[in-house]
Amino acid sequence: MIPEIGGAAAMVALALAVWGAVAAAVGTRTGRPALVLSAQHAALGVFVLVTACFALLTYAFLTFDFSLRYVAINTNLGTPFYYRITAVWGALEGSIILWAWMLSLYTLIVILRHRESAQELYPWVLTVMLAVMAFFLLVITVAAPPFERLAPVPADGRGLNPLLEDTGMITHPVALYLGFTGLTVPFAFALAALISGRVGDAWITMTRRWTIIAWYFLSLGLLIGGWWSYHVLGWGGYWAWDPVENAAFMPWLTATALLHSVMIQERRRMLKLWNLSLVILTFGLTLFGTFLTRSGVIASVHAFTQGSIGVFFLSFLALVLFTALGLLAWRWDALRAQGALDSILSRESAFLLNNVLLVAAAFTVFFGTVFPLLSEAVRGVKVSVGAPFFNQVNVPLFLALMFLMGVGPLIAWRRASLDSLRRNFVWPVALGALSAAPFFALGVRGAVALLAFVLTVFVAATISVDFVRATRARKRMGERVLPAMGGLLLRHNRRYGGFVVHLGILIVALGVTGSQAWSVQTETTLRRGEAVELAGYRVRFEGLSASEESNHFKVTGAFTVSNGRAVGVLQPAKKFYPQETSPIAGVDYRLGLREDVYLVLGDFAQDGSQATVKLQVNRLVSWIWIGGAVLTLGAMLAILPERKKPA
Amino acid sequence: MSARRGALGLALLLAAAATAAAQAPRAGEQQVHEVATQLRCVVCQNLSVADSPSEMAGQMRAIVRERLEAGQTPEQVVRYFVDRYGEWILLSPPRHGFTLLVWVVPAVAALAGLALAGLLLVRWTRRPSGAPAAGAGVDAAMRERIRREVEREP
Amino acid sequence: MTRRPVRWLLPLSVVPLLALLAYGFRVNPHEIPSPLVGRPAPGFALQTFEGAPFALEAQRGKVVVLNFWASWCRPACYEEAPVLERQWRTYRERGLVVIGVDIQDRDEAARTFVREFGLSFPNGRDTAGKVSVDYGVYGVPETFFIDRQGRIRAKHVGAVTDEAFRTNVEKLLADTTG
Repeated sequence: MIPEIGGAAAMVALALAVWGAVAAAVGTRTGRPALVLSAQHAALGVFVLVTACFALLTYAFLTFDFSLRYVAINTNLGTPFYYRITAVWGALEGSIILWAWMLSLYTLIVILRHRESAQELYPWVLTVMLAVMAFFLLVITVAAPPFERLAPVPADGRGLNPLLEDTGMITHPVALYLGFTGLTVPFAFALAALISGRVGDAWITMTRRWTIIAWYFLSLGLLIGGWWSYHVLGWGGYWAWDPVENAAFMPWLTATALLHSVMIQERRRMLKLWNLSLVILTFGLTLFGTFLTRSGVIASVHAFTQGSIGVFFLSFLALVLFTALGLLAWRWDALRAQGALDSILSRESAFLLNNVLLVAAAFTVFFGTVFPLLSEAVRGVKVSVGAPFFNQVNVPLFLALMFLMGVGPLIAWRRASLDSLRRNFVWPVALGALSAAPFFALGVRGAVALLAFVLTVFVAATISVDFVRATRARKRMGERVLPAMGGLLLRHNRRYGGFVVHLGILIVALGVTGSQAWSVQTETTLRRGEAVELAGYRVRFEGLSASEESNHFKVTGAFTVSNGRAVGVLQPAKKFYPQETSPIAGVDYRLGLREDVYLVLGDFAQDGSQATVKLQVNRLVSWIWIGGAVLTLGAMLAILPERKKPA
Repeated sequence: MSARRGALGLALLLAAAATAAAQAPRAGEQQVHEVATQLRCVVCQNLSVADSPSEMAGQMRAIVRERLEAGQTPEQVVRYFVDRYGEWILLSPPRHGFTLLVWVVPAVAALAGLALAGLLLVRWTRRPSGAPAAGAGVDAAMRERIRREVEREP
Repeated sequence: MTRRPVRWLLPLSVVPLLALLAYGFRVNPHEIPSPLVGRPAPGFALQTFEGAPFALEAQRGKVVVLNFWASWCRPACYEEAPVLERQWRTYRERGLVVIGVDIQDRDEAARTFVREFGLSFPNGRDTAGKVSVDYGVYGVPETFFIDRQGRIRAKHVGAVTDEAFRTNVEKLLADTTG
């Protein structure tokens, strides 16, 4: 029963989406609001139907309905309850349903929010969103149907990929997809602006909050992905420049650029063409990312691939790019820059530079990701482009961006006089330069790491300078310190939200620099009772134990860790799942503000007499997650509606 | 000042970290690690042999260790793997021949972008500003106050 | 400067990229061409599951089919095991040697595999992974066809079929020089 209802619901949803897209377009072109209203109802219908599909699929998972092929492949009788829910989006078909559901939810919210306020743009926004919706529903009904039956019905399923049995599985795809699908909204508005010819500032002002929200979820998804990689995948790192990681990173970079260049358009009415292009590029990269993940064209640890789905995504990507860029070319004349700038020393310049660097970084990541394909196409030789490349080429760009992060908020709009530059930057520059010596003394020898730390101090100082000065100004007007600070944050929440986000990024940068520059590791084989020492830690191998879990067989090592005083017993394990070809490493670690101790169990003797263990002492990694939390606070602050009460 | 206090706290934090950093692993392990970070783990995607927790990577690390201990240079060890797996085993493409492109093109693109931005900035600042100039009735002091006010706004 | 044609460069500029991505459908990112074909086969020695020693150098003058497998490699290794056994029985009188090397596996699982298919050709475990790295093995199963002079003439990735086996072996058996 379930497969039939689910399949039918998806097909009806597809029909409704197509109808709605067409109706909204025709309705606004021919001046028939009834059609636009009908499109709205269609969108609501789509939401209800997709929710039903999602619910049915979840129900099938929860009740071990192995008559559905998707359920049988991704779960088995031993899968714990909560992982049965997250398994719904654990593989291709379910992930598309999740995407479609979020898209339909966003469409609904757009309707509720904008049907009154955006008269000319709104119907076209609806058209675009429903058209994108229709594509994903097409994929669900034709290319990757989740409701396919399996005959004969197996007694037990294959099981979830063990790497996905983790809390990160609940949040990472959800956050990431909320980011990806959220970026559809600015794109829809951009196309609406181009189609309707209203390429002024209205569309971008309306989408500012959408962009921040989508950007925030994307950031969250990336950070959680890093956390997941760190504590599940067993290699002690949080970012591998895997093609699919890159696929999420590229739209994040361009979305960050957009968040900044929007401010130039708001103030100076310039960069219209650039902003439209950025939005189109960002959405295009989102689609490119989803194409990479699902087509198997570039090998990746994430890629879940299947049959013809790559062709669907590539075709849609082509359609979107041709349409959007064609519209852009059509409206070219209306988008020519009319404004002018006052001075090269200004915040506008800083933002422009920021954009160039961010887009350059996105291009670097893009080129490196597709280069293996290019190499094979041109000369038939396969090459790899991995972390060393991406790190080396991106680091200068990121360092420059960090510098700009300190300069941008303090430099004046329009024209920064030398006097104001001196006043704003003398302390931060001095502090930054002076901090080089202490860092060097602490053991930071690499030029890059040193520069990164110095820039961290510089940026932190600029944020403080601004905040302190503004608080002082309010104090002079009679407010006490704390209410003054609070008032600042709330009244100028956009500005200070941005500052807090910058602070969050800064802390993440601190964590990244520290972990890259200072982490150490070693690998050794220990007999029972033997110990290895690294960075002040002593790790002694106590023995192995075996246990039978609900869906796997686990061998756990016990290692006593101490660094002067006892830290505890770490228990990295190797988990043997019947459906997996090789064992999955289960790491154990102790996190700390200063450093993490991290153990991975390697080979071991069957009788438990010896084991190979990889020991890592990772420095400052926890600051990456702390930075993420700060970034969250900043984003929330920035999203708040502007308070317009008198100072 | 909050900036100074922040900097002090940071310094203390890092001092603690650095004292622990002083004790490095054996020189041999370091070399093994360096070679291993250049090689791609053949059974994982995009991880280096140094990072990968897989069994094959462990075996490859052991081979690297053995060869280094036998007196081979890091370059010779890397060459050994390239001879058997092809260029593909290098995690970072070599900086000569066709693969030089992947190193050069992004740098060129970044520089071109910066040059273009610079050009545009110069062009846009030469154009007469769209905003009307301050009227004659506004005196210098007023203008200074306005300027400071404008600079303070977010 | 003529503005009109320039603007249409924008949508056209994505064509090369899309073409490249479409090309990606034709290649398999998991198949790496081997630089070893045409070169002398690296020598190795191991102990078979029966306890007998096996050395590649001792097989000079015979055609050698070197097969890398693992008991967890489903379904490919399970498909090709009967093929290998069958072909081995057919060609063993004509100067063919088939040697199976088990990699990254556990002893009992490997022995079970050998028993299950009744493999009569020598099989041994590559415990330290040295042989597989020496042959640039990145997955299982992989099969190398080595001629009488000890040179690798072909590499087959994936399960070997009767036809693939026959084609390669016939060619090498016919070459009776040296």
